[in-house]
Amino acid sequence: MLRVEEVQSVEFSSALISKFDEIVSRYPEGRSKSALLPILHEVQAVYGWLSSAAMDKVAEYLNIQPIEVYEVATFYTMFFLKPQGKYVLEVCRTGPCCLVGAEKIMDYIGEKLGIKEGEVTADGLFSYRGVECLAACGYAPVLQIGPEYTFYENLTPESVDQLIEGLKNK
Amino acid sequence: MGRKLLLEHINVPGINTFQVYKEKGGYRAVEKALKTMSSDDVVEEVKKSGLRGRGGAGFPTGMKWSFLAKPEGVPRYLVCNADESEPGTFKDRYLMTHIPHALIEGMIIGSYALGANTSYIYVRGEMMPQIRILEKAIAEAKAAGYLGKNILGSGYDLEIYVQPGGGAYICGEETALLESLEGKRGNPRIKPPFPAIAGLYGCPTVVNNVESIAATVPIVNEGGEEYAKIGIGRSTGTKLISASGNINQPGVYEIELGLSVEDFIYSDEYCGGIANGKRLKAVVAGGSSVPILPANLILNLANGDKRLMSYESLSEGGFATGTMLGSGGFVVLDEDQCIVRNTWNFSRFYHHESCGQCSPCREGTGWMEKVLHRIEYGHGKMSDIDLLVDVSKKIEGNTICPLGDAAAWPVASAIRHFRDEFEWHVKEPKLALERNYGLAHYADPLKIAEEV
Repeated sequence: MLRVEEVQSVEFSSALISKFDEIVSRYPEGRSKSALLPILHEVQAVYGWLSSAAMDKVAEYLNIQPIEVYEVATFYTMFFLKPQGKYVLEVCRTGPCCLVGAEKIMDYIGEKLGIKEGEVTADGLFSYRGVECLAACGYAPVLQIGPEYTFYENLTPESVDQLIEGLKNK
Repeated sequence: MGRKLLLEHINVPGINTFQVYKEKGGYRAVEKALKTMSSDDVVEEVKKSGLRGRGGAGFPTGMKWSFLAKPEGVPRYLVCNADESEPGTFKDRYLMTHIPHALIEGMIIGSYALGANTSYIYVRGEMMPQIRILEKAIAEAKAAGYLGKNILGSGYDLEIYVQPGGGAYICGEETALLESLEGKRGNPRIKPPFPAIAGLYGCPTVVNNVESIAATVPIVNEGGEEYAKIGIGRSTGTKLISASGNINQPGVYEIELGLSVEDFIYSDEYCGGIANGKRLKAVVAGGSSVPILPANLILNLANGDKRLMSYESLSEGGFATGTMLGSGGFVVLDEDQCIVRNTWNFSRFYHHESCGQCSPCREGTGWMEKVLHRIEYGHGKMSDIDLLVDVSKKIEGNTICPLGDAAAWPVASAIRHFRDEFEWHVKEPKLALERNYGLAHYADPLKIAEEV
């Protein structure tokens, strides 16, 4: 399950470390492990994914065992354990979205980008994958793009075209 | 028009800011509670209101609060469950996006009632924009003296923090949520002990849904008895319903409990009828976990009376002819939808989201997904249908948390009410790949209840 590519070493910036410190201050004394999920989100927002080197560094910071970080990173679907495209299009594929055409939208994105689910385009810009219910069923079909998880609603092939072109030119 | 208690000011420009929210009467409930009521008074009002948990279980909120253990010298916690992940449900996202201060105000009231000095809002990680909105709302409330030390000179201290999840449906289960908040995998805990005794960090904890917490604001403002006058029977107050699927006006609606299902689906004030002039085939009334009902049974009870949007009416008839209000995720399927495909889709969801702790759920959800997949794609056998029922029965009730039940019920109910459609897929595999079964007899008036 845990398949990570080797990254030699990671040094967190002082800005990132002070963000970690602020997060840890939200919990009672001795409960800093609670900061693990928010910290992993911060790390992924900077690096795009979680390398084992980065996870080891997080373990070191929180003074916990590396395995405690790995077991969390592998449990939660938002964490990427291998590099992704710069923009990961995450399309909701659960019931209500499928009632109004989510499967067709996902096929369309695959065709348009010329990749399969989970792959990265040659220019490194895009990946896509199906994800489970994003709690936006009234605006279906929907997709989100991290790390800020911006939402794109009521998708059509035309709006997908616009979105992808817009991101290419960004 | 039904009364709006939560969404009354939803269309006011700037209602997401502290200033406008306050101008519209916001934070009156905090003033009233902290200045004129004891914490026990607040619990008593919530009890009187009859408010039931809006996250799905429907357990009386006031009673849940009164169970909280209060040992000396041990901190207590209020944790808001904003992990909204139940397919079909998106009301909490809506509320947090547009009126974040309704949740913050409710958090202050709830924390005060429970004697908590630190409270957490656990928001699903994908709702990063909502996390930012809540963080901003907390900062605004704090700057105005409604959070922090000695709030409004009452001597009461409170800090609220927002915690992101990591994309796991199971963390909507309260003990899995607490595990996750402690920085661990979201594996549900064995109960007892219940969180009221040993929750977050082993301390007494109450976990409430976003909407339940926000509902305490009008309850404190108007009094529990006034709140209880709205609604019907033991379904008091208003409820946010997330409406999606093949309807003209999908969205979030606040209804007075007791509205008829027919009015909810067909009136222009709510769903506005079935989209594209199609006919209604089925409804999943309370989020993907609750039993699916065909058109005839969702609109009417087995005795022919109209079915209402209330805890009691939706569950009338048990699972033979009824369903549940659940989280209010109202998913409408029109005549072109395939029940087998929809059931397979939901099964895949539960298989994907099973935490893997209990074998019946970990293995059973995978088996159900595979069997449904082969029926949908033309490789099913007639015996597969009973096999599905058999597997669902072996999951139901045999797991630590309710995810097992939630995975079993949609499959069992789909076969209970739409068995002919499953059989048609097995008998006509080629045809089933080309077209859908259609409406069949599901919309016909019920002849006699026994036939159902």
